[in-house]
Amino acid sequence: MDMATEQALVDCVGLSKDYIMGDNVIHALREVHVSIQRGEFVAIMGPSGSGKSTFMNLVGALDTPTAGTLKIAGQDIGRMSSDALARLRNETLGFVFQQFMLLAKTDAIDNVKLPLMYTRMDAAEKDRRARAALERVGLGQRMDHRPSQLSGGQQQRVAIARALVNQPQMILADEPTGALDTVTAAEIMALLEDLNDEGVTIVLVTHEEEIAEHARRIIRFRDGRIIEDSRREAQAA
Amino acid sequence: MSAVIDPKQGQLAIEERPAAVGVQLSASLAIALKAIRTNSVRSFLTMLGIIIGIGAAIVSVSISQGAGQQLQEQIQAFGTHVLQVRPGSSFFGGRRQGAGTARPLTDRDVEAIAELSDQVEAVSGRIQSNVTLVAGGRNWPTQVQGVGPDFAITQSREVIEGRNFSEGEARSGATVALVGQTVVNELFDGIDPIGTRIRINRTPVTIIGVLEEKGANNFGQDQDDVIWMPLEAVRSRISRGAGSVPDNAGTITIKVWDDLDVLDVQAEIEDLLRLRRNLRPGAEDDFAVFNFAEFIRARNETQALLGFLLAAFSATSLVVGGIGIMNIMLVSVTERTREIGLRRAVGARRRDVLTQFLVEATVLGLIGGIIGMLAGVGGTYLASHLGEFPVLISPWTLAGAVGIAVFIAVFFGYYPARRASRLDPIEALRFE
Repeated sequence: MDMATEQALVDCVGLSKDYIMGDNVIHALREVHVSIQRGEFVAIMGPSGSGKSTFMNLVGALDTPTAGTLKIAGQDIGRMSSDALARLRNETLGFVFQQFMLLAKTDAIDNVKLPLMYTRMDAAEKDRRARAALERVGLGQRMDHRPSQLSGGQQQRVAIARALVNQPQMILADEPTGALDTVTAAEIMALLEDLNDEGVTIVLVTHEEEIAEHARRIIRFRDGRIIEDSRREAQAA
Repeated sequence: MSAVIDPKQGQLAIEERPAAVGVQLSASLAIALKAIRTNSVRSFLTMLGIIIGIGAAIVSVSISQGAGQQLQEQIQAFGTHVLQVRPGSSFFGGRRQGAGTARPLTDRDVEAIAELSDQVEAVSGRIQSNVTLVAGGRNWPTQVQGVGPDFAITQSREVIEGRNFSEGEARSGATVALVGQTVVNELFDGIDPIGTRIRINRTPVTIIGVLEEKGANNFGQDQDDVIWMPLEAVRSRISRGAGSVPDNAGTITIKVWDDLDVLDVQAEIEDLLRLRRNLRPGAEDDFAVFNFAEFIRARNETQALLGFLLAAFSATSLVVGGIGIMNIMLVSVTERTREIGLRRAVGARRRDVLTQFLVEATVLGLIGGIIGMLAGVGGTYLASHLGEFPVLISPWTLAGAVGIAVFIAVFFGYYPARRASRLDPIEALRFE
């Protein structure tokens, strides 16, 4: 068996994160043990202040743990330099945000190319990849549209294309449907499910049960701890 | 090497991926140009300090260089080997006595200096008087100069038509004259005046020669608006009774042989004159010898001062411009906090963000520098035209000015760029 498939994509052991706010120490995460395998579709739920955002920031390699270890694709992020973390985010992870986070006055294809700016690759290859990613999310006809010329659902598709463009192993989506109506939200979830069927690991933060139902596994946080970790159906082998 | 998903097969594939090595400069440049274009009015106002500073720098350097070049030209034109002796105390620094109190220089002093013929190529006294020339029905106010026959040599000036006056005419005070081209133009419509008689204060004078054209000197005086006559003729016929002694030679101009050190000869002449004027050792000179190079240098100090003031203004303006760039870059960093957070999330390293903002500052400096350069060239020509002084715009000045603009922009842009690169990506993404 290949080493890569044997190893969990995300592996947390005693993962803790404290923040210091004035004189108080806030224990945002308390000794969390959890692992996420390649190909999983995980929904992270919990009230605000439960630690889910802290967990996502850590899994996104945007933050480093106070205690415990977190390995992403086998790399211990607590021991990595800022540059190495940037490279991990660039090559291994894709981000989707609630507010889309597209650059205004920049057309769809250039928004999608953003992660490739930090990758050495020739311009034709960048273009090819960005076009393929936009076509994959169904926006092959809207490449030169600016965000202001696109609907919310289309903007989120551009953002998903941007997350896909560098062929990541995992997409981290933070309330990706939070700014969309239910019909559009369902379309976005269908797209994420398709991507998951194609093998991309998806970790999603949401507070809506209907959205979480699209996931095969739900992890619930409260007070910095995991209070529930349930699988909906047998994982695809 | 990293493991990635092959979407077609739905399983893992291993693929070589080159390392992310940071933002290519061209991409940063494109972002910077876009940011500047998006806020074009604000960007222009930001650049204004740089534009003014660079413009003033170019004007000031061009004026100083023009002055320096003119100094060289004038030294060449006058010759570094020309000395002038005036009665009265030293022109530079020393206490000046009243003009009437100084003992005049005389023809005998001129003769004594002429005897140092192994050191002195030519020597001539000179007195001058403002007169009105009358020829036919026309008047022309000008300056008559009473000089010796060798005066032309001391001035490196040729008689281009007709002839110079002779030793005999000089001694006898013949009423003959050499005229400059301006006088020819004003009195004779440029037609050859040799042999023509004109009147100066009722004295009839015959024109025997025309002087080579010289143009304006560095005080703006037209050197062609002159008439030269034998010293004795001016003394006895034109400005009679003006001098305190009958053989007053006015000021003495001396041409030193080119292969000699002019300062040695100057010392020799000073010794000679002190002896002739019975000055005791330690007594102050009651005459002044100075060479033209020094004289012109002193005159050029005014222009140098103007250049210095402009340079100070320019430096101030550049610092203000730099602070302006820092300010606007800080605003830009704040406005684009979320963008910075996003870039960090998708893989930008701190140094990529630093580079991006430094490139933006550089572009601001470069555009400001180029506009300032154009303004400076225009301003230089305008100053040269209005102030009537010579300027020299060298390509090095222009390149240096733009270089300084970029340096200032990078220097003052570094702090905001560093601040952007130090933002915490999580907080930056959440920034409202």
